[in-house]
Amino acid sequence: MIRSLPPAAILIIGAFLIPFLKGRLKSAYLLLLPVIAFINVVSIPEGIHWTVGFLGYDLIFGRVDRLSRVFGYIFTIISFIGTLYALHLKNEDGQHVAAFLSAGSALGATFAGDLLSLLVFLEMMPIASTYLIWARRTEASYGAGLRYLLVHLFGGLCLLVGIIIHVHQTGSIEFGYIGLNGLASYLILIGFGINCVFPALHAWLPDAYPEATITGTVFLSAFVTKTAVYALARAFPGTEILIWIGAAMTVFVIFYAAIENNLRRVLSYSLINQVGFMVTGIGIGTPLALNGTVSHAFCHILYKALLFMSMGAVLHQTGKINATDLGGLYKTMPLTTLFCIIGAASISGFPFLSGFVSKSMTVTASAHEGMAILWLVLQFASAGVLHHAGIKVPYFAFFSHDSGIRTKEPPLNMLLAMGIAAFLCIFIGVFPGPLYSILPFPVDYQPYTGAHVLDALQLLLFAALASALLMLSGLHPPEMRAINLDTDWFYRKGAKVFYRLADRLLGVKGDASLPHVVGTDREVIRGSEDRKVPS
Amino acid sequence: MKEGHFFDKSHNVKKLLKGFYLSLLLLIVVDLFLPKHPVFPWEGYPSFYGAYGFIAYTSIVFVANYILRKMVKRKEDYYD
Repeated sequence: MIRSLPPAAILIIGAFLIPFLKGRLKSAYLLLLPVIAFINVVSIPEGIHWTVGFLGYDLIFGRVDRLSRVFGYIFTIISFIGTLYALHLKNEDGQHVAAFLSAGSALGATFAGDLLSLLVFLEMMPIASTYLIWARRTEASYGAGLRYLLVHLFGGLCLLVGIIIHVHQTGSIEFGYIGLNGLASYLILIGFGINCVFPALHAWLPDAYPEATITGTVFLSAFVTKTAVYALARAFPGTEILIWIGAAMTVFVIFYAAIENNLRRVLSYSLINQVGFMVTGIGIGTPLALNGTVSHAFCHILYKALLFMSMGAVLHQTGKINATDLGGLYKTMPLTTLFCIIGAASISGFPFLSGFVSKSMTVTASAHEGMAILWLVLQFASAGVLHHAGIKVPYFAFFSHDSGIRTKEPPLNMLLAMGIAAFLCIFIGVFPGPLYSILPFPVDYQPYTGAHVLDALQLLLFAALASALLMLSGLHPPEMRAINLDTDWFYRKGAKVFYRLADRLLGVKGDASLPHVVGTDREVIRGSEDRKVPS
Repeated sequence: MKEGHFFDKSHNVKKLLKGFYLSLLLLIVVDLFLPKHPVFPWEGYPSFYGAYGFIAYTSIVFVANYILRKMVKRKEDYYD
């Protein structure tokens, strides 16, 4: 019976029953949905399923192969972990529904065999995700959510036009290899690229994710960018420009993350860096590199969710998230500290943790192709990951100077969710075999050679030595209360100029929503301040 | 850990740092004897990875704080 519906339908249809349930039954139902979806993904045989005729075309809701299935696994696993993390939310049905809708659309896009249903699912996802930003119900989240939505609508428009031209030229709506070969493919690449945080198209992510709800960010961090990674791996493997786009993504954000005060924004920049490794792997396009991309996406979803959950726990317990306001929390939140350190060490690529067995594949693939500069860039970026995600996040939240904040561990469901993610980070790191066995191509790669382990440890520990020496000598610049301009400046300030021009030239006062985009008019959103719950 | 937390005691921090420095020394020594199969010639230099990590980290801190921050830092209410 489980196999009678596509995985997306289980979560999307299932989501609408949530408001009708109460108490423990609701909790059980919330946890059961992703489990059923997971069993569904496991049990569907490879091939094409659920084909529906539409205007003379075949919409395919179940193209199951090794590439789509591995994303199906991780999307359902993280849905379970994210739901468990959010289980304490009692009067937030909207958040639960939105979370399942975004997870369901991620699954829908993953198993879509045609471009039309892919487009619909890719557009549903940011709409559902926008609710997870707005549900924070703060001034900042309202503006960030609106900008998030507008940027994704623009991306969706690029994709729509690209798909229309592509279908017109080829006569087929099949979603498969596209490659860069004309206007349609460039528009589709830009459409995917906005979701995939290409440089200069990336600012929506560090703008929006830190403003989302504590539990919503876990879902946001998992689906939108990784679905785009999947789509790129499907449509543009071996596209050379992606190597350098990805390499740029791994590098430029580490400087931003280094000076950012909001620790959830640090993690957002870090997410771009990690997706950069995946995009690079797609660009290289060899079986080893693509395996690297897919395994990295799998591991990254887990440790990035773990890091966001640990910072979410800090925000939940203290109401603070800036490095300048935190410190010393290990004294009262030892378990959260431990989970955060496991996530931080995983993302940094320490041996025997998940990041090591996945990221090293992409880096090794660059070496196998003789790409010396790329290899040096990726190693440089790895040291950068250690800086902001490996050291900065746990250090300033849990250690550093004692902020004097005395709190306690978050609710049990949050701890359990972090515990499961942390366990998986360790399990995959120690036993990479099961992960390697589900990758798209047969794996002929051994991560645990003496040289691999030694080289990784040297890179990371000597980078850590630099950190220790800079801090002990007082040469490390302090964290500062400030914001840093990013490319969203162009549309935030640009919209402001447009608004004023329209006002002056045409006498058009404009839509009341525009001030939210630019973040100017406080009067308009006064009503939203009455609603509390900064959850 | 009720009274006198671990990192509040300077001798604990000193012990940890000592262990950390010793492990670095160990990595340098092992690097001299471990057989390697470098793809790029520089991978064969003694402790190349350690030196590269140290330099990369230091340059990230200084470039971010003394160049990027000068260009992009604004007050927290900049967009309000």
